[in-house]
Order: sequence, then structure tokens, then C-alpha cells
Amino acid sequence: MTATLEATGRARAARKRRHRPPRGERVASAFLHLELLVVAVIVVFPLMWIVGASFSPGTGLANASPIPEDATLDHYVSLFTETDYGRWYLNSLYVATLNMVGSVVLSALCGYVFSRIKFRGRKAGLLGILILQMFPTFLTAIAVYMLFLNFGLLDSLTGLALVSIAAALPYNTWLMKGYTDNLPASLDEAAAIDGASRWTIFMKIVLPLMRPMLTFVAITQFTMPWMDFILPALLLQSPEKQTVALGLFAMIEDVYQNAFTTFAAGAVILAVPITILYIVLQRYLVTGASAGAEKG
Amino acid sequence: MPGLASALVWGSGQLLNRQAGKAAFFFAFYAALIGWEVGSGNYYAGMDFTPRSNGGFFVKGLWGLFTLGTQPRQMTVTGLTEGDNSIVLMANGLIALLTLALMAVVWIWNIRDAVGYRRRLEAGAPRETTRQYLRRIWDGAFAYIVLSPGLVLIVFMSVLPVLFGILVAFTDYNRDNLPPKNLVHWVGFENFATIFAVPSWTATFIGVLGWTFVWAILATATTYAAGFLQAVLLANRKVKYPRVWRSVFLLPWAVPGIVSALVFRSMFNGQFGPISQWLVDVGLTDERIYWFTDPSHPNLARAVALLVNLWLGFPFFMALVGGVLTNIPDSYYEAARMDGAGPLQQLRHITFPVVHRTVSPLLILAFVSNFNNFGVIYFLTQGGPDNADYRFAGSTDLLITWLFNLTLDNRLYNIGAVMSMLIFVIVGTISVWNLNRSKAIREL
Repeated sequence: MTATLEATGRARAARKRRHRPPRGERVASAFLHLELLVVAVIVVFPLMWIVGASFSPGTGLANASPIPEDATLDHYVSLFTETDYGRWYLNSLYVATLNMVGSVVLSALCGYVFSRIKFRGRKAGLLGILILQMFPTFLTAIAVYMLFLNFGLLDSLTGLALVSIAAALPYNTWLMKGYTDNLPASLDEAAAIDGASRWTIFMKIVLPLMRPMLTFVAITQFTMPWMDFILPALLLQSPEKQTVALGLFAMIEDVYQNAFTTFAAGAVILAVPITILYIVLQRYLVTGASAGAEKG
Repeated sequence: MPGLASALVWGSGQLLNRQAGKAAFFFAFYAALIGWEVGSGNYYAGMDFTPRSNGGFFVKGLWGLFTLGTQPRQMTVTGLTEGDNSIVLMANGLIALLTLALMAVVWIWNIRDAVGYRRRLEAGAPRETTRQYLRRIWDGAFAYIVLSPGLVLIVFMSVLPVLFGILVAFTDYNRDNLPPKNLVHWVGFENFATIFAVPSWTATFIGVLGWTFVWAILATATTYAAGFLQAVLLANRKVKYPRVWRSVFLLPWAVPGIVSALVFRSMFNGQFGPISQWLVDVGLTDERIYWFTDPSHPNLARAVALLVNLWLGFPFFMALVGGVLTNIPDSYYEAARMDGAGPLQQLRHITFPVVHRTVSPLLILAFVSNFNNFGVIYFLTQGGPDNADYRFAGSTDLLITWLFNLTLDNRLYNIGAVMSMLIFVIVGTISVWNLNRSKAIREL
């Protein structure tokens, strides 16, 4: 954010320097803004269309228009009265919260240990999670499905959350370890000389410094279950255990598109909070993602 | 001597070394292991011993893993007999094997401890009580204690399924052979042979693999190029309100992918979708275009999928490249201007190399995630349009969506498991190659 501010500041200073830009520059500037405008329209149109559709009268896809003439809130009402949307939402919220808490706690602990403590098996452990991380979660999901099927463990939201935590743990541990490696070790050494136990060092010194990466893992792991489709599709079966993603997909799969405007309302309710979260916290998300690449 | 004793009865070597506490610790594991086996088995039945009817958790587990059951379910005069469920046997066997492997670690620790301590005593080292020993290893133990919840979770939710998936690839577990009705058998490399020897399977595999590669390369290249372009344009000093533009362009990244993909699926719906309708209204086409369901135009569906992916993917690269751009010192550009470099030359010789060096590891990562891009393809096209030459796959199916269809809709678990392994080999090779170039592995 500060970087962007600096850039705008620089730009303003530059503009002040030249009072009347020459003609060529004005033409270039017009083209530049034209391009930006075209891209912005392409970006915004589908989103506007879906928001418009959610307020459009009628139920079918053909009725949807970006700016409905007589807008109605009916679809938002029927979403909660005629479908199980409220229940799906709560289910997703439950899985998302559990997934976030579990992932943050476990990956912070594991990342700290792998980064700061020398113990036998450390190298083997790191290599092991590196290999596991290459396995697309989807591949384990099918095996988990077969196992759960035969042991009668299917259809549990807690089970789904546990599988999600385990699937993301290797990558998150790797991220946390990489981040902790870059924190100055002198701080914990000083605390250790003062007689602080390892647990105290972790809670009082390392954990607060890990905050940007904790935020990153928390947001990604909280938002993931809202969009995840494969794992819930495999592991959840009964109608009252569906998540938002599954429910929305079922709504739109209807070939005649009879529930399209209701789907649109559901999609808007799902998308708005996550979109706001992403836009507000974009700085953490972008730096977190690039940190992941640097560390493998 | 204590080593041999410990190898036979855990903890007895420690007892010979007169370390009672440690002896009790190791013996507890030993007793638990034996107790579990005897308790869960049927050792006092007095008949001929067979692992199937008398074995406990471990013996029966290993037996089940090797044979996958011997008694199919049968119809008799008294009704259905209880047959062996091969998949449950296999899973139990794996759990038994993993538990035994963990126990083996304790066993080896116990032998080494007994031998090592005796050797040190004979070399004249002072005696050490169990309490002192525990304090000495506490630092190392802290790591293990803290790691253990994560480790248990990963072993049972990731490692076990991975091993299980690998084993299924060598069986005939599919819709024609489902337990508990039928027994599953080990078939060796037959499933691999099927994919590479049965022409329709081979054609599907090669076709889908080829498209997956084309998709992954084009999807990564287009999103990177578009993101780069937008970032460079936004960094231009002439742009008014750059932060507003930036936030607008970030929207496709911030909106959940599943929502965007489903929205595009509706927009490109052939029968009712607005885009087909608009093209007819404007007069560009005479009839509606069935974007994702017209088998005579597979490349149209592919092109649209790539365009939708471009919409979804460019903002992430724009944000990344934008971050790198703000970190390039102005002095680079000033020096270039002094030497008479034009804007395009500055872009080519300064901006592009600097950005590319930072972003290239992410490109590999993006390639891998596009290779396994389930969301866009499944939600947008569901693999369509149909392809008559393919087995259970459409023209836009990637390996991963094909795998999903094989497993969930067609219950060809064994072929699905083979596919999983092949995908892992491909993705793993690329990732290892990428890692080898990065510093992460050397810093381990």
C-alpha cells in the first residue's frame, strides 16, 4: 500500500512539473485511458449482469438483464424460504471456521518447530511434506472417499474440515517455516538466555512476528471451503449437509435454467463478503502468494 | 547382551542396565502391542489357527493386505453369509502396517538405547537416572510433542489415502467388482497395460494429456502477458486515479472462482444465454451458437474456456507485477533515458528482465495449478462438447476432470488410481525440476 502511495505521489509530482503536456502526450494519455476503460467494462460486465439478474423479475436465464427495469427482492426472499440456502451457508461457515482455526494453529506450530529447532528427522520431515505438497489434494480426496465409504464415515462436516486441514497443512507449514526462517533469530536467543522456555518464546516472541503470514493462511483457509467443490462433492451426500458451492452448482445444473435468478441471488450473497475481504486484504494475499513461490 | 534382551522383550535390556523407569516405558509399548493383537484376536478358540478367523488386528490386517480376502459373500440356505470386504481388509491392513512401522521406530530406539548406555557405562561414564535422561532429551522431545497432532492428522488423512490410492491402482476394484458383494484381487500392472494397450483408452489418454498441456501453457502465458500489460499501463504516470482502476481490475481475482465460472457458464449457455442471443440480435450469426455443447466445434469451446480463464487469471499477475514494478528504482530508468533509450527499450531491457526474474518461479506454480485446473473446466463446460472418440471424456476435459468423471460418475476406481499416479509423476517432475533451481532445497 505504501508503495502504491509513493507511486501516486511521484506521479502527481511529475504532473506538476510539466504544466501543459505536449499534444502527443495528450493523445497517448487518451489511448491509455481508453484501454483501461475497455478492460474495466469487460471485467465489470459479467459481475453487473449477475447482480442485475438477481434483482430481475422472472425465474429463467432469458429474463436476466444487467439493469432490470422493475427490480425485485423476491429471489433473495425465496432463496431463504424455498431452498436450503441458509442451512448451506451455516454448513460452509462451520467448515470454513474449523478449517481456518485448525490450519492456522497447526501450521504455525509446525512451521516454528521446523524453522527453529534442530531435531532428528527434521530434514526427512521437510522433504516428506514437500513431496506430499506436490500431490494435488484432489488425488488424495478420491482415496479418502473410498476409505470413508467403506468405513461409513461419509457425510460429516467435521470430517470434511479435517481432510481439508490435512490437505493444506504441508503447504502451509512450508510457508510458515519459510517466513519464520527470515525472522531474526537473535530475539529468541536473547529470550532463551533470559530463561524463557521454548513455549514462551513461541507464544510471546515468534507468534506476534508471524502475523502477516498468519493472516494470509487464515484468509486463504477461511475462504477455501466456500469455493471448494471436489472434496464436499465426494464426502457429503445428504441434502441437509450440503455446502453453498454444492447447492449453487445443483441449482444451475438444471438444463432449463428455471432457477437462474435464485441462483444469481445465492451467488451474490456468497461472493460479496469474500470479494470485500480480498480487496481489503489484498496486500497480505499478494505478498503471501509470492512468498510461497520463493520457498517452493 | 542388553541389546539382545531388549530386542526380544522391550525394556528388559534397560532393566539389566538398572534403569527401571526407562524399562517400564519401553515395556508399556511392548505390552500394548501384544495386548492389542491378542485382545482383538481369537487366540483361545482351540481350533486350527488361521489368520482369517483367529488373527488379531495386526496378523489379520497383514493377512488381509496380502490376500484381500478369500471368502466371497455367498447365498446359502440360511441366507447371505458374511463374506470378506476386500477394501476394508486392505485399509485395515494399511493401518496395521503403519502402526507397526511407528512401533518399529520405538523398538529400534529401545535397542540402541540399551546397547549405547551399556557401552558408555563400560567406558566409565557415570550412571544416569531415567529422570536425568528425560531432562536431557526434553529439547528434542518438545519438537516431537508439538509436531505430533499435525503428524497424526497428515498420516491418517494424507499419507494413508495416498498409499491406499497407490494400492488400488494394482487391483480390479471398479463398478463390475464392488465389495462386499465381490472380492477384489491384486492384478499387478494390468490397469497400466489397459491404458496403454486398449486403443480407445490410449487415444483418450493421449488426447486429453495433449490438450491438458496446451491448456496449461496457453492459460499461463495469456494470463501472465495480460497481467504484465495491465500492470505496466497502470504504472504509467499519465494514468489518473491508478488505485481506483487497480481495484476494479482486481475484482475477478477477488470474486470466488466458482461463482465467476458458473456466471460465465450461464452467459455462454447456448439455448438461453445472453451472448448467443446478442450475436443473433446484432446479426453477426444467423442462429444461436452452442458454445460448449456443439461436438463439431471443439476448438471453439476450448478458445472460450481460455478466454474465460484469462478474465479470471490476469488480475493476480497484474497485482504481482505491479508490486515488483514499484520496487524498481527510478535511477535505472533515468540512466536509460540519459543513454537515449525510448520507452519501449526501457520496457524491454529494464522492466521485463527485472519482473521476469522475480515472477518466474510463480509461472511454474501457475503452470502446475492450471494443469490441475478443475474449477474452470468443470464448472464452465463440464468437459463438453462430447467427443465420440473418447472414453468418458469430452473435448475440453483435462486429466483432472476426466479423473473426476472416472471415479465419481463411472466408479472405475482402479483406472482412476492409475490416472492419479500418472498425474503425480508429471506434476512431481515439473515441481522437482523447479525446486532444484530454487534455493529452498539447499537451505533445508
